[in-house]
Amino acid sequence: MSETSASTRPALVVTSSPHLHSGVTTAKLMWAVVFAMLPAAGGAVYFFGLRAFWVMLIATASAMAFDALGQRMFGRKVTLTDGSAAITGLLLAFNLPPGVPWWLPIVGSAFAMIVVKQMFGGLGHNFVNPALAARAFLMVSWPTHMTTMWLTPRGGTTSGLLLDPAIRSICTDAITTATPLNALKSAAALVRPGCDPNTVWDQLQSWPVIGRLFFGNVSGSLGETSALLLLVGAVFLLILRIIDWRIPLAYIGTVALLALALPGHKTGGLLPYILFHVLAGGLMLGAFYMATDYVTSPLTAGGRWVFGVGCGVLTIIIRLWGGYPEGVCYSILLMNVATPLIDRLARPRLFGSRREKR
Amino acid sequence: MPTFRGGVHPREHKEATEHRPVETAPLPPLLLIPLSQHTGAPSAPVVKKGDMVKTGTLIGEPAGHISVPTHASLSGTVADVASLPHPLTGRPVQTVIIDSDGEDNLDPAIGEHNPEGFTAAQIVAAVRSAGVVGLGGAAFPTFVKLSPPKESPIDTLLINGCECEPFLTADHRIMLESPAGIIEGIRYMAMVLNTTNVIIAIEDNKPDAIQAMTRAAEGTGFAVRRLKTKYPQGAEKQLIKACLRREVPSGGLPLHVGCVVQNVGTAIAVRDAVRFNRPLFERVLTVTGPAVREPKNLRARIGTPVRHLIDFCGGYSGPLGRLVMGGPMMGIALSGDDAPVLKGTSGILALGPEPEPQEESCIRCGACVRACPMGLAPTRLISHIRAQRLDAAKAEHVLDCVECGCCSWSCPARIRLVHGFKYAKSELAARARRQ
Repeated sequence: MSETSASTRPALVVTSSPHLHSGVTTAKLMWAVVFAMLPAAGGAVYFFGLRAFWVMLIATASAMAFDALGQRMFGRKVTLTDGSAAITGLLLAFNLPPGVPWWLPIVGSAFAMIVVKQMFGGLGHNFVNPALAARAFLMVSWPTHMTTMWLTPRGGTTSGLLLDPAIRSICTDAITTATPLNALKSAAALVRPGCDPNTVWDQLQSWPVIGRLFFGNVSGSLGETSALLLLVGAVFLLILRIIDWRIPLAYIGTVALLALALPGHKTGGLLPYILFHVLAGGLMLGAFYMATDYVTSPLTAGGRWVFGVGCGVLTIIIRLWGGYPEGVCYSILLMNVATPLIDRLARPRLFGSRREKR
Repeated sequence: MPTFRGGVHPREHKEATEHRPVETAPLPPLLLIPLSQHTGAPSAPVVKKGDMVKTGTLIGEPAGHISVPTHASLSGTVADVASLPHPLTGRPVQTVIIDSDGEDNLDPAIGEHNPEGFTAAQIVAAVRSAGVVGLGGAAFPTFVKLSPPKESPIDTLLINGCECEPFLTADHRIMLESPAGIIEGIRYMAMVLNTTNVIIAIEDNKPDAIQAMTRAAEGTGFAVRRLKTKYPQGAEKQLIKACLRREVPSGGLPLHVGCVVQNVGTAIAVRDAVRFNRPLFERVLTVTGPAVREPKNLRARIGTPVRHLIDFCGGYSGPLGRLVMGGPMMGIALSGDDAPVLKGTSGILALGPEPEPQEESCIRCGACVRACPMGLAPTRLISHIRAQRLDAAKAEHVLDCVECGCCSWSCPARIRLVHGFKYAKSELAARARRQ
């Protein structure tokens, strides 16, 4: 009967309710995001070769190492296995041109983990997304590496253009090194003097090129080119409710609506033009995997709508009128900075507080 | 299907007991009856060491307006009236200790009589003198809820058969086994409140209970409402929202939106009080959990030591980590199994040992915000509280927290949010008292 004599046992646990837990832990959430990125990671290796694999491995391993080092430096508990550093490392790799030298992801990871994350308080306290901040840092420090080291994807072309004789005859060689968004923005400068850039714009908005943007056999940052593979992982995260659908919907929806409404080189029809803006560049990667970063996006449903719309507005402004062909990275960073303000204003509605008359 | 905003879906764990009929627990040799088992002022002892009592004899009389009498749950001798730690709060409380004579002789005042022709005042008086409190867990004196002030007319009586806490099945069994008793109790309460609008609300995970109650309610005009299974569907404010689309104002009571909510078990206690003049000295509860060998639904006397019930359920099946009085989401962890069953004890839950989870940093995932049925931002509140900014926590409505546990349950960083809110609420209340 000894096993029924509870009163002689060690003291019972008397912590506060609840006495159950969902079983969802930070580490499970983080590794689920890493898992969701694997299709796109596999796609990167397929399109850009083994080099892409090494860039991702170096970025991820160095991010985990620098995160642990930062935790030691600041006297925090080392949480190598929580998966958060792995996400940052892999996301950083996704944001680099596949042809970068091996040391560039290491420098980026060090900046992301030590300066952006650990110096601001560690997990949960960084005010901007570490991977994006590192990308921005590398962009200003090594602009040549970050804007020219594109690789030609297997089964496609760098710019997405079909490079048929008609295009070749009017374009300078610059066209072969431009990304699709850059080609769209700078077509006028990429054609030979006296030639009509509309031919380039027409083709960029043709269905074969839209198809390439969807499947990913175009150039761009390592993990951003295949909308299809990014969506596969995103659907997994949405079904498990790990990411909130509001942010990507608001973000992509805003980009689509503004592409429709604002002036642009809409020579190939409205739908292809909108799809070009949705599928090209880093929008899919940014909307599903970076704008949804818990730490740097708002807490409430309302705040997340505001955040997503804000990202979309800034992205299209930068794409159409800014100095860069792509605006996803800076838009998300700017909205990250606005997040504390959004959180302050977009509170959940208290149960039993008076509802505004509609 | 009607419901409320927020909430969570914990695993139900009800399969161990939901199909087991209520058994009557053997009478214990000794009872510990605290004189504070209800919200409000403790009752004052009217017996002393050495007195003989019968089952149902008054042992404590109400001391104050919001207070109810306490009765002996067995016949025997008062072994002592002593100050013992309250099983839930740990604070000392006058406790009547009764040595059972093994006879269970009923107090002669108890017996069936015809309640036809009772006035509302007579019903309320019977409910009060029987010591009836809400049996859903909060143990608020029932007669107070049945005496709403004139300026708050009541149009709806809501009967709570949700039993949304995981593991617990006592209300479920009551609805299956005593639907007529519930309906009779409801009739008395509806008469007192002068309303014919009665809704019996049951979660859709209990179709057999919905069926039994629908059949029993035939011809009464009482509606049985099927609600979505979601925790905390049975919380008073969330229940009113789901059934009537009304929101109890922040800081207000159900009567401010014309409602009174009573639990199904309470309805039976009201029936017993009115028709049999029988005080509340026993109740149905679920004794369950992975660390109990044979989980059961039991009818047990108030004051029975938990250990006695566990033994009747075959004892512990393995090492015990936590013994909870109530459900797993809102119940209180006991410091030992010598604690007595109280009027508000809906269940005893024995859980195995688990490593104490380590709190991690908040990753701002927003799960707590999504889960909170009261529309709070728990992660913001806890950071205010941990920085001792209690005024900021108050301004962001920490006092509206109902301690349902949804936030802590869903937090991936295992932050003890409810623990912090309980602390903040009691600290704010203490401050208010000092001023």
